[in-house]
Amino acid sequence: MQPDLAARIQADPRFQELVSKRSGYNWMMAIVMMVIYYAFILFIAFNPAALGAKIATGSVISIGIVVGFLVIIAAFVLTGIYVRRANSEFDVLTAQIKENAK
Amino acid sequence: MMMRPMMMAAGLAALAYAGVTFAADAPEKGINVPAISMFVAFVIATLGITYWAAQRTRTAKDFYTAGGGITGFQNGLALAGDYMSAASFLGIAGLVFANGFDGLIYSIGFLVGWPIMLFLLAEKLRNLGKYTFADVASYRLSQVPVRTVAAVASLIVVALYLIAQMVGAGKLIQVLFGLPYMYAVVIVGVLMILYVTFGGMLATTWVQIIKAVLLLSGATFMALAVLWAFGFSFEAMFAKAIETSPKADAIMAPGTLVSDPISAISLGLALMFGVAGLPHILMRFFTVADAKEARKSVLVATGFIGYFYILTFIIGFGAIIMVSTNPEYLDAAKKLIGGNNMAAIHLSHAIGGDLFLGFISAVAFATILAVVSGLTLAGASAVSHDLYANVFKRGQVDEQAEMRFSKYATIGLGIVAILLGIAFEKQNIAFMVGLAFAVAASANFPILFLAIYWKGLTTRGAVMGGLGGLLVASVLVILSKTVWVDVFGYAEAIVPYKYPAIFSMPVAFVLAWFFSITDKSAQAQAEREAFTAQYVRSETGIGAEGAARH
Repeated sequence: MQPDLAARIQADPRFQELVSKRSGYNWMMAIVMMVIYYAFILFIAFNPAALGAKIATGSVISIGIVVGFLVIIAAFVLTGIYVRRANSEFDVLTAQIKENAK
Repeated sequence: MMMRPMMMAAGLAALAYAGVTFAADAPEKGINVPAISMFVAFVIATLGITYWAAQRTRTAKDFYTAGGGITGFQNGLALAGDYMSAASFLGIAGLVFANGFDGLIYSIGFLVGWPIMLFLLAEKLRNLGKYTFADVASYRLSQVPVRTVAAVASLIVVALYLIAQMVGAGKLIQVLFGLPYMYAVVIVGVLMILYVTFGGMLATTWVQIIKAVLLLSGATFMALAVLWAFGFSFEAMFAKAIETSPKADAIMAPGTLVSDPISAISLGLALMFGVAGLPHILMRFFTVADAKEARKSVLVATGFIGYFYILTFIIGFGAIIMVSTNPEYLDAAKKLIGGNNMAAIHLSHAIGGDLFLGFISAVAFATILAVVSGLTLAGASAVSHDLYANVFKRGQVDEQAEMRFSKYATIGLGIVAILLGIAFEKQNIAFMVGLAFAVAASANFPILFLAIYWKGLTTRGAVMGGLGGLLVASVLVILSKTVWVDVFGYAEAIVPYKYPAIFSMPVAFVLAWFFSITDKSAQAQAEREAFTAQYVRSETGIGAEGAARH
């Protein structure tokens, strides 16, 4: 990319809008995923008994198994939420920036 | 398996003979006819695809990225096929079989790297790169040093992963098909050379897609069969497993797998960030048309991989119930025939007899083939695109010559993989996939991440960071129990922690930072100034590699 074109795009307010919205959003999503995962790992490391407890009296299913399945589902759901927003909002902004740069 | 001790003692010719002899009195334990027929059908189909793909592989872009014309959904399935190795299918089912809940810790770790890769890297990688992740790492930096470090780290990851797959393949096929170890390793090596050399990325992609569909179908059928036996009640299934397992209720809670907090966090770091540093996974993002398709690939891959790990968990519990007490699957010492990693295989027999056992065995073999093909292609592109074309020839090479060289590299890597597979037959290779993830997380990931996000990164910083992460990760693994005690046989480990990432990742980042900010050269200044153009392209995709055809 030519430096002058790059500078022009960088000055486009829509580019700044895209970058500030998207990077904040990306980092937030990444941090949510990390918090979910490391909370799970730290529970295993420091308080395994809590995960071994049963979900209800009389049930054999432990909290850990339910939480584990939920972490798997959360990974997929977070990905889906991100893709949905990126496909609409971010792609529209990107298309406008590209159009403007021509 | 009765013949297993004999196999270890006898020579190769005797091995083949032993297989046939036992076939007579124990049909499913000798040459496995349904398994071999189904596997042969798979091989014929995939070789047909390779022939078809070879007609369509004319340029270097076709060879490395299938022309960039794979759809997001196809790539998502292929990513899943590339990632769900036989080790994770049989290994995690085996871990769940032996430890219950603890198996879930690994599978979750293997999964959570995917969303992180999507949020932080996938689209920017697609916007900046051409064929390999080294393209991105060296985008505005000095080509020769940065590509060399990235290619060497990639080759180390690929080699470790390949050895683990080859040895796993040999052992598995020995048990499943009644074929000698060496035959199995050679068959896997030759087939992967054929797929990759002639069909390039297009054939590799379709082998991975077909394998993913077969593996997901087989695993779904097994999990449904287990749940069906308990009226689709998880409660009833877990209750029966607790009643059956010698560990009783302990299988429902965290156990001994993750022993101390440092190991737990360190393992978590390597698994989470290692995915985003695996060259064969990163390379797949260049096969789609644009950032949007790259994004869709990760969604599809995350969905299928997550679903697959839920299935393996159910399969592991199913094996506790249906396999662990059935004398048909146990040896004299009441241990599982073939080891715990055979739990899923025995379960397939318990569910669907010889025919389904044959199907799952063939799927396991297909799985290995798909994974080693992806690895070989990634290794070959590091050799031909990074080392040959851009380092050795300084970018002054025509496309046909580069493609020819990548085919030689594929054949060379295939032969090396066969030799390593044979050399490591009797070695303890349990540490290899873990080390591959540690190196990916400590060398590849930091330089890729900093090259994309940090304006201040210079060539010197990238090289020092990459080498530092690689070195520290490797040395710590060698000095830990997994290699120092289990492989070298010393009494005590020098480093008490099994997983290095918690130390080696910060080392990589700190070295990259320190050697960048202290770099006052004119070249470093130019590299910082080139960041803006890279940044705009990474965010918008303007100027990115397009698809060759649609």
